[in-house]
Amino acid sequence: MNPGSRSRRDIGVLMGFLVAALLLAGVVSYYASGDPDGLNKVAIDKQFASSEQPHDLDDSPLAGYATTGVDDERFSGGLAGVIGVAVTLVVAGGVALLIRRREPQETRPGATSGPSA
Amino acid sequence: MHVPDGFIDAPTSLAAGAVAVMGVGLCLRGARRELNERTAPLAGLVAAFVFAAQMLNFPVASGTSGHLLGGVLAAILVGPFTGALAVTTVLLVQALLFADGGLTALGVNIVTMAFVTVAFGYPFFRLLAWAMPRRRDLLPVAAAVAALVSVPVASLVFVGFYSVGGTVDLSVSSVAAAMVGVHLFIGIGEAVITGLTVASVITVRPDLVYGARGLLPRAQLELRIPTPSTAASGGQP
Repeated sequence: MNPGSRSRRDIGVLMGFLVAALLLAGVVSYYASGDPDGLNKVAIDKQFASSEQPHDLDDSPLAGYATTGVDDERFSGGLAGVIGVAVTLVVAGGVALLIRRREPQETRPGATSGPSA
Repeated sequence: MHVPDGFIDAPTSLAAGAVAVMGVGLCLRGARRELNERTAPLAGLVAAFVFAAQMLNFPVASGTSGHLLGGVLAAILVGPFTGALAVTTVLLVQALLFADGGLTALGVNIVTMAFVTVAFGYPFFRLLAWAMPRRRDLLPVAAAVAALVSVPVASLVFVGFYSVGGTVDLSVSSVAAAMVGVHLFIGIGEAVITGLTVASVITVRPDLVYGARGLLPRAQLELRIPTPSTAASGGQP
């Protein structure tokens, strides 16, 4: 492990994104516009909105950014948003960590691969 | 711009799905060169931030809303391949966990919102930034302009899918005009969020902004603490 001061200084930016994401998804999302989005509005105006089929997962616990079983609308949406942020972070961050370039000092002594050439 | 099930027919959706799978494969290879110990956590957080920002529909003209797509933003912050993967992750989470964006439309949604925004917007950003004076405060402007244009471009690619596999027979030009018109307004929101976010990061840590590489005066990007890798490759004659 290398507790370099650079990675420590990165934490400010990383925490900034985390706090912003949690606040936006958990709190601010309640105030988002409920009007149809650009595509849906065009679909209504051009009369192809009716070709929309129901989503196969409409009955899933977080469908429509609402948490099943949580009655308070604000909390239900906020909780769904926070769960979404956490899942996205874990999946995207996990993939990134798996495929990242390994630093030379990170490769184990016994590892066969590595940019040793 | 999340396409629901039913708008695009099965063959076209399947073809888009195949393009999406191939594109993700390409991105996984490309992202390997963009990611290291330090940038991998940032990639996860940028994806989480784009997810959160996409929940915030802002009002645009006449009873219509729009939200960030985030492709240009993610590409500038963490690199184009990683950025496209980040937005793809967001779209997968939305479709599978929140029933937002059709399951059969996943390919169409990934191609339009993750690939097209990045493939068009990131080179456009680099071109703008390269043509502008090399100043730190101008990079967010280039980011905003590229973000703005990326939204109507993505909407045009949706129209392309619709012209091939739309389930309702319509005049393509009238759908195209309507889509580009409303998405120009949504692009303004995309530009504001992208510009402000890039400005925030570039003010404190220009070296963490992937898209700023080679565009800023060297002093601002210089490594102050040489890592063993740079010492090994650059230090030895």
